[in-house]
Amino acid sequence: MEAPRHTLLVRVTHWLTVISFVALLVTGFEIVVSHPRFYWGETGNVNMKPLFTIPIPSSRDTVPTGYSYVMPDQNGWSRYLHFESAWVLVLTGLVYGAVSLLNGHFRRNLFPEPGQRTLGAHLKRIGQYLRRTPPGPEEATSYNALQRTTYLFVIFVMFPLVILTGLALSPSFNSAFPFVVNLLGGRQSARTMHFFLTWALVLFFVVHVVMIAVSGFWRRMRGMTTGRTDPAPELVMKEGV
Amino acid sequence: MKPISRRTLIATGLTAVAGASGLAAAGRIARRYGLVPPDCRGVYGAGETLTYAAHRLITGNSMAREFPRSMISPKPFMNEVYPLGDNFKKLQAGAFSDWKLTVDGMVAHPTTFSLADLRSMPRHSQITEVVCEEGWSYVAEWIGTPLSEVLRETGALPQARYVAYFSFQPDWWESIDMADANHPQTFLTMGMNDGDLPVGFGGPLRLRVPRQLGYKSVKYVTRLTVTDSMKHFGKGLGSASPEGGYAWFAGI
Repeated sequence: MEAPRHTLLVRVTHWLTVISFVALLVTGFEIVVSHPRFYWGETGNVNMKPLFTIPIPSSRDTVPTGYSYVMPDQNGWSRYLHFESAWVLVLTGLVYGAVSLLNGHFRRNLFPEPGQRTLGAHLKRIGQYLRRTPPGPEEATSYNALQRTTYLFVIFVMFPLVILTGLALSPSFNSAFPFVVNLLGGRQSARTMHFFLTWALVLFFVVHVVMIAVSGFWRRMRGMTTGRTDPAPELVMKEGV
Repeated sequence: MKPISRRTLIATGLTAVAGASGLAAAGRIARRYGLVPPDCRGVYGAGETLTYAAHRLITGNSMAREFPRSMISPKPFMNEVYPLGDNFKKLQAGAFSDWKLTVDGMVAHPTTFSLADLRSMPRHSQITEVVCEEGWSYVAEWIGTPLSEVLRETGALPQARYVAYFSFQPDWWESIDMADANHPQTFLTMGMNDGDLPVGFGGPLRLRVPRQLGYKSVKYVTRLTVTDSMKHFGKGLGSASPEGGYAWFAGI
C-alpha cells in the first residue's frame, strides 16, 4: 500500500495552524485600525512623531487620520479572538514540534539532505523555478532544498519571533520577562516588528498557496487533508497508453 | 477505507474518557487556585482562562518595568475625558477637599478616606508605562499610596478574592484579584511627574495597575469594595469591560 503523503499529525496541525493564522490576521488588522500609527523605541502616542502611519481611517476619534469619519470599534471581540487563536497556534505548534522532533519528521523531511545544504543547491532550485523546469520524480515524495529551508525558517524563526514580539506587548508578560522587550528595543519597537513579521508570514502564505495552485491545487489539498495523493493526471494517461 | 479494529475503538474510547476527566480535573484545580477569571464563559472563555491562568502562574510577584527619569514622556497622552458633570466641577472648585474614597465589603473596618487621609499614609512613587489596548503608550512618574496600605488599614478579610473599584463616572468600574490588589506597584495615585495628578489623567484619584492595560487603571476612584466573588456585581463578569466586550484580565 502507498504511504500517505502527509502523516495524520502533519495534516491536523497544518489545518489548525491555517485556521488560527487567518483568525489572528483578521483580528490583528482590526486591532491595528484602532491606532494605525507605528513607532520605534519604548513609547509612542498621538503626541509623538510616528515612524510611519498606515493611511486608513481609525476606529478612534483620538487618532488624527485625515479622514472625517471613524470606523466602528471592533477591538473587544478582536482582542478576545486574537489571544484565543494565539493559544490554538502555540499549543498546536508545541505538539507538532515535540512529536516531529521525536518521530524524525524534522530530520527526515525538513532538514536539508546532504546534497542540499549549500547555497548553490538553493540557487539551482530557484533557477529551475524561474525557468519553470518540471520537478524531478524525487519531488513527488520529498521536499527540495528550497522548500526544506523555507519551512524550517518559518517554523523555527518566523513563528517564534511573531509570538515573542506579540508577547512583548503584554505588560504582564513584560513584568515577568523584562529582558525580552528590552532586547527588542522597547515595546513600540516590538509592536512595529510584530506588524512586519505578520506581513512576512502573509508573503510566505501567498507564495505557498500560489505554488500549490501551480502544482495542482485540488490534488495538493487532498494530500494535506486525506493524506492520499492520486498520481498526477498526465502520469495516468501515459500509463494508460 | 479500512475497518476500525476493536483495539482502535477501545484505545480511542479510553483516550477520550481520560481526556475528558483530565479536563474536568484541570478545571477543578484551576478554580481552587484562583486561575479562572470571572469572564470564563462563552466562546472566548477558554482562551481567557488559559491567558489568565498562564499569566498568574508566570508572573507571581513580578514587578512592572520601571524606567529612568530621563524616559518620562515629555508629552503624555491623556486620552478622551467624557464630561464629568456639575458635581465634579463643584468638587474641583474646592480643590477636591471634599473628595471621598469609601472602602467597604469584606473589611474589618469599613472606612471613608479623604485625600488628606490618603496623603498621610506611606507615599511611594514609580516611573512606569501606561499601555493602552489600542496600541499607544507613555511613561510617567506616579505618586501615591499602595492599595495594600489601605487594605491593611481597613483590615481586608482573609477570604477576600477581589477588589472592585468604582469611578465617579457612573459606568466605569473594574475589579482586580488579590495578586494585583496587594502588589506593591498598585497605587492609589494622587500625583504625577512631581505635581498633582491632572484631571485629564484621572485626578484627583486614580488606581494605577501597571501590570495591566490602561483601562484597568480607573480614573476618579470613589469606592473600593473587597469581596470573595464578582457574581453580584453588574452582570457578574467581573467588571464593566466584559459587559462592553473587553476582557476582564487585561494583562495582554
